[in-house]
Parts: sequence; structure tokens; C-alpha cells
Amino acid sequence: MMKNKINIKLKLIFLSVLVMVLITGCERDASDDVTLATFPNVADIFTDAPVGLTDEFFESFDPAFGANTNGFGTDDNEAFEGTTSIRIDVPTPTDPDGGFIGGIFRDRGAGRDLTGYDALTFWAKGSTTAAIGTVGFGSDFVEDKYAVSINDLELSTDWRKYIIPIPDPSKLVQERGMFLFSAGTQSTNGVGFTFWIDELRFESLGTLGQPRPAILGGQDQTAQANVDTSLPIIGLTYTANTGSGQDVTVSATPYYFDFSSSNPFVASVSENGVVTVDGPGENGDNTSLITASVAGVSASGSLTVQATNINVISIFSDVFANVPVDNYNGFYEPFQTTLGGAIDENGNNIIDYTMLNFVAIEYYGREGSGVPPIDATEMTHLHIEFRVNETVDASDYINMELHNNFTLPNGILGSYQISGTDLASNEWVEFDIPLSDFAGLSARDALGMMLFVSDGTISNLSLDNIYFYAEN
Amino acid sequence: MNFKNKIKSKSFQLVCSLLVVITIGAIALSCNPDETQDVTNFNNLTMQDEFNVDGAPNNAMWTYNIGTGDNGWGNGELQYYTDRPENVVVEDGMLKITAIQEDFEGSGYTSARILTKGLFEQQYGRFEARMKLPFGKGMWPAFWLLGANIQEGPEDPDNPATVVWPLCGEIDIMENGGSKPTIISGAVHGPGYSGGNAISKEYAFENSRVDEFHIYGIEWGPNYINYYVDDVLYNQIKPDDVTGDWVFNNGPFFIIINLAVGGAFDGNPNANTVFPQEMLVDYVRVYSAN
Repeated sequence: MMKNKINIKLKLIFLSVLVMVLITGCERDASDDVTLATFPNVADIFTDAPVGLTDEFFESFDPAFGANTNGFGTDDNEAFEGTTSIRIDVPTPTDPDGGFIGGIFRDRGAGRDLTGYDALTFWAKGSTTAAIGTVGFGSDFVEDKYAVSINDLELSTDWRKYIIPIPDPSKLVQERGMFLFSAGTQSTNGVGFTFWIDELRFESLGTLGQPRPAILGGQDQTAQANVDTSLPIIGLTYTANTGSGQDVTVSATPYYFDFSSSNPFVASVSENGVVTVDGPGENGDNTSLITASVAGVSASGSLTVQATNINVISIFSDVFANVPVDNYNGFYEPFQTTLGGAIDENGNNIIDYTMLNFVAIEYYGREGSGVPPIDATEMTHLHIEFRVNETVDASDYINMELHNNFTLPNGILGSYQISGTDLASNEWVEFDIPLSDFAGLSARDALGMMLFVSDGTISNLSLDNIYFYAEN
Repeated sequence: MNFKNKIKSKSFQLVCSLLVVITIGAIALSCNPDETQDVTNFNNLTMQDEFNVDGAPNNAMWTYNIGTGDNGWGNGELQYYTDRPENVVVEDGMLKITAIQEDFEGSGYTSARILTKGLFEQQYGRFEARMKLPFGKGMWPAFWLLGANIQEGPEDPDNPATVVWPLCGEIDIMENGGSKPTIISGAVHGPGYSGGNAISKEYAFENSRVDEFHIYGIEWGPNYINYYVDDVLYNQIKPDDVTGDWVFNNGPFFIIINLAVGGAFDGNPNANTVFPQEMLVDYVRVYSAN
């Protein structure tokens, strides 16, 4: 069969070539028309059955991380079109077989040419008005190079069409990641639910417009960084407007973006969105503006990098390479009330605490983690930024402690108080504290814990850019 | 009332003469009377602005409406129309009308509305423009015609040649509500069928959007108006279709191009509406019958 098909195709090609030759006559530039080999451009992923997917059809996330592989199947009693849909039963968080369900569909061949499409589309409905945590494509569990995803997709109890725009289809010449989903019960307070997906395919809609890529959450940020250090550009999104006038924003990998650096003497950006500070600059100009575009459309947001020359040991920052830590919240039971930890706030990683009475950042090797303590002997200052997310009173305070040889018999600590008068409500305030100001800190060769005590005078506090440094 | 009678009698005359034309046509094509139709070719270029000269729009062709009119031009529109280059300018081979969010003379937005009143007026013909429309809730771009006999303000007994809206007639070649980026509509307004009761039809783009370039046009002849988007004829309005007198055989109309903000058509802008917004017009061309 296969051979016959190929023969027929060959005949057709031969005929068309003959026709072309006849039409083009003495045209001799045929070599310009030679096109590169392309991969199949099959659009369908699931109609009433999977189309061109691997034998597994559904490849689950790792059950070792809580993925439940039981809830995936097809349903002959529900379909938007035809006879059959995909049925996904979302487990409860306490399900012994795994508390969420998710995975990918992968092309069974070498990949598909998706350059002719502008969106992944499908119809879905839920047993209740829940939200699917993540839906997307471009993840093949190998490279995940061109991954695109949308978060918290709202289900209706009627069939509804969903559109996930492709930021730059020209990149997808050979894509194996056809579909990805991940669903838990965050939107239903732990109650399991079912949703169905049908008519899953790539489409050329032509009705998507107003492309608006963004980096760093669309913010103009600045960063200081030492020569030979690197920092990733995060918060990469792409917004398009659908034919019904709705904006859809997806997260996209850096490979969809073309990055540029205004000053090559200071910084360069790799295609995976990592900025490297290459040098101190020339003629006194030590800054470079990092910008990006997607398919020729400029992205909002930018990073102004300032090359610096300071010795840094960074605990938490987007600017410097961070040393490993045990945690950003030690959760000391039973007296600690503080909740929270590291979060991504609009493309900026920060630490966010609520119900603060006291909280520790630990980096001493808790429970045999192997995290080494920090030798800050050569460092002179601690840089830290606070934002109080509530009203600040003059009587409020943050008592900071640095612990050397934490949990060991020879442990010591140094303390430093920040007064409410030095803080601001809902505004970032930077502090550069000489380590010599930490009263009692007679050694700092094995710092393992940093404590923040407010005794409830400040309950909602954000932290950022925590690092020890010495000016060279 | 007088005007109405006049219009009626005029219409009657036209209908009579048309009947004669149609009868002759029917006789000529008597072999298949079911398929008789008036085919008029509008190939005679009578007005053309390609917007190729940078600066203000050509003042031999275009004038301006300035301000807010009466109650936001009768529609609760929010913009103040100006003739400033910020709001209306020709550059890059295009007419650019820009809606800006700014405090200006008591309004929260500025934009522009240009018209050919007193400069170019024509009865019948093909009127078309190639345009790229703005985007976002509250945008209300329009390309339309008004009867040149319109009386601004109350009726003027000293000038019986003029009539108030909607007696003058209005032909909306293209209107779009910015919250619906794939839908435009074409309409006529006249006595008994104006405002919310206008005779209107929507056209939906299947594989494109209004914020890409398209050609919007009408072919207007005695007792019919055909509506086009690009090369698609999507509606024909004839006297039978309107719920009042047909006021489109009475004389010449002039052209208006504007970008309104807010008002009855698409509601007001919301937090997601991006400003400034730009409407581009590549050309306006008008043809008469051969």
C-alpha cells in the first residue's frame, strides 16, 4: 500500500514538474525554487481518536512527583463532534495514586511542521465550572524548547472553544510536543471533577491580531551584575486578541524571542534568554539595555544591566547567581505563624511573607541537605530590600539576626534592628548594612541562618535582593 | 411636511422613469426575465485621495468637524474632535486618525472627523476606501455619507432646500465596534428608520480582522445600495427594505471619515483598551457611472 501511494505521488510530482517545465519554458533558475525538506503538517491531534501520536497517546508527568495516571481516557458518551472525546478525571489532592493529573501528547514521528498554523484550538467542557491549571503545547519531555502554556483555563459546563495562540509559528518547523495539560483541584477546594476535550488541533485562524509580547512581565527593570555573571530574563509572555475580541496571554519559552543588547561591550543574551555580563563597558558606559521581540514585534519590558565589580555572595536575587539555600521559610513549629516564601510577582522573583512573627532563611545543610554554610569573611556588607505590604508605624521593627555555626555548640549570632521609621508602606526600601553593625557577630566564616523577627508589628513583608558583598 | 411631499413626488418621478428603464431592460432580456437586473459599472473616477502628500489632509477635499457636537455628536461619544496633527495627519502614504486619551477642553479623549461637505458631493456611484481600523473596546471608526441637503440644527424655513437628519439620509459604508475585531456593518438611516432602527447588516471576517487592511465600499444607484467588503457583495438595500421613505434618490451626499471613542455603538473604553489608537486610510476613491 505504502509503495503504491508513493508511486502515485511520484507520478503526480512528475506530471506537475512536466507541466511546470512546459509553463516556465526556458526558465533556468529552477535551483532557486528548491525547498528544504519539511516535516508533515498534520493539524489534527484528536478528533474521535488520537491522530499520529505515540502509542502511549498520553504520557503522564512523573508519578513520583504526585501525577495520577489513572484518570485519563476517552469517552464514547460525550463528544463535541463525532463520537468520542478525551475524558480527564481530576483526582483529589489526597488520592493515594497521585493528587493531580497531567502530561503530554507527543507526535509519533520526527515532529510536525506547524509553521502554517497560528493557534492550538480545542473544545472543552467541565463537570463543573472548574479551572484547568495549565494547558499548552511544545513540551516533548526532551527539549521543551518551544513550550507555550496558558494558566487557569476556566471551564464551562457547556462545550466551549479555546484558543492558544502560537507566538511565532515560523519557529515550529519540527515540533513533537502536541499538547500538555496539568490539572488539580485548586479551583474546586479539593473536590475532584471531570473535563472533556474534543477536536484538538492546530489551526490557521487568521482572526488573531494585536500581538503583544512581553519580557520581565512588561516592566522596565534594572540590575547590577558582575562581569562573567549571568542572569535569566524571566516573565516571558505573549498576548494576542482573538476574533471575539478577547485577549489571551500565554507564557512562552525564550526561544520564541529574539533578544538584543544595546551595548555588546557590557552584555550579551543567549537564545535561551540568559544575559551574560561580558565586560565593564567602554568609555565609561557600563550599561546595556536588553530588549526583545517576537516575529518582529517589540516586546514590552526591558532590563538595563549595569556591569559592576563587587564580590558577591547572593542568597536571593534575580541579578546574581544565588548560592544554594535550604529554604526561604524554615517553618519553626510550634511558635512560628509566618506563611509564605519565594514567589514570582509579575516576572520578578521575590520573597513574600504573611502573618509574620518571625521567620528564617536557612543555608546550613538542614536535615543533611548538603547545603554548605556561607563563608562571608571577605564580605563587608549585607544588601537587602524590604517592602512592607501594610501600614508602617514608627514603633514597628524588624530584628535581624545572622547565625554563625548555626545549630552547632559553638554557634554565635549577631543582631541588627531596622526601625519602622526607615521602612515604607508598599514601597521597596534598600539597605546596605555593614556586617560590623551586627552586634555580637564575632565570626562569619560559617553563616547558616538569617532570622527576621517582627513580633507581629509587621505582618505582611516582602524581601528581595539579599546578598553579601565587598566593594572591590 | 413640505419637504417630505417634495421627496415623495421626486421619488415618484424617479420610480416612474425607473420603471420605464426596467421595462425596456426586461424587453431587451425577455428570454430570461427572472434574471433581469440593473448592472451599472462605476468606472469613471470622480474623486481620489491617495494620501501621498505629508501634512494636513488636502484642504481642497477635506474639512473638519471640531468639538463634541450636541451630546457627543448625538451618540454620547466621549471624544473632542480636533484638526491637530496629533489627531489627524497624512504621512507614510496614509491618512492617520489617532484617538488619544488626554484631558482636552473638558473631554477625556481627542480624535478627528474629516468630511468633504461643500468640497466633494456626489449622487450615486462607487465610494470605497482601503482602511485599517483600530482595536479595543470603545473604538468606533466609521466611513459614511450624509445627504448634502442636511440642515445642521433646527429646520430653517428661510432655506427650504435643507432638511434635518434623518430626512437628509445617511449611508454608513462601514462602522465597527472595537470590541468586535472581526465584524463590521453597513447601514442606511432615513425617516422612520434611523438610530437604533436603521436598516443594517453585519459582515463577519472568517479569516481576517478589521485591524488589517480591507476595502470597504458601496455601489449606489437609483433605488439600490450594494455593500462590499473587499470583493464580497454582502448586502443590497432597496426601497422595499426600508421602513419609510427612500431618501437616496434626492441629490448628492458628502463623505465623512471619523474615529469616535465611546458612545452608543460599542460602549465606552474599558481598562483593557490601549491608547493611543490609530485608524489608517490608504485611499478614498469615488467613481460615477460610465
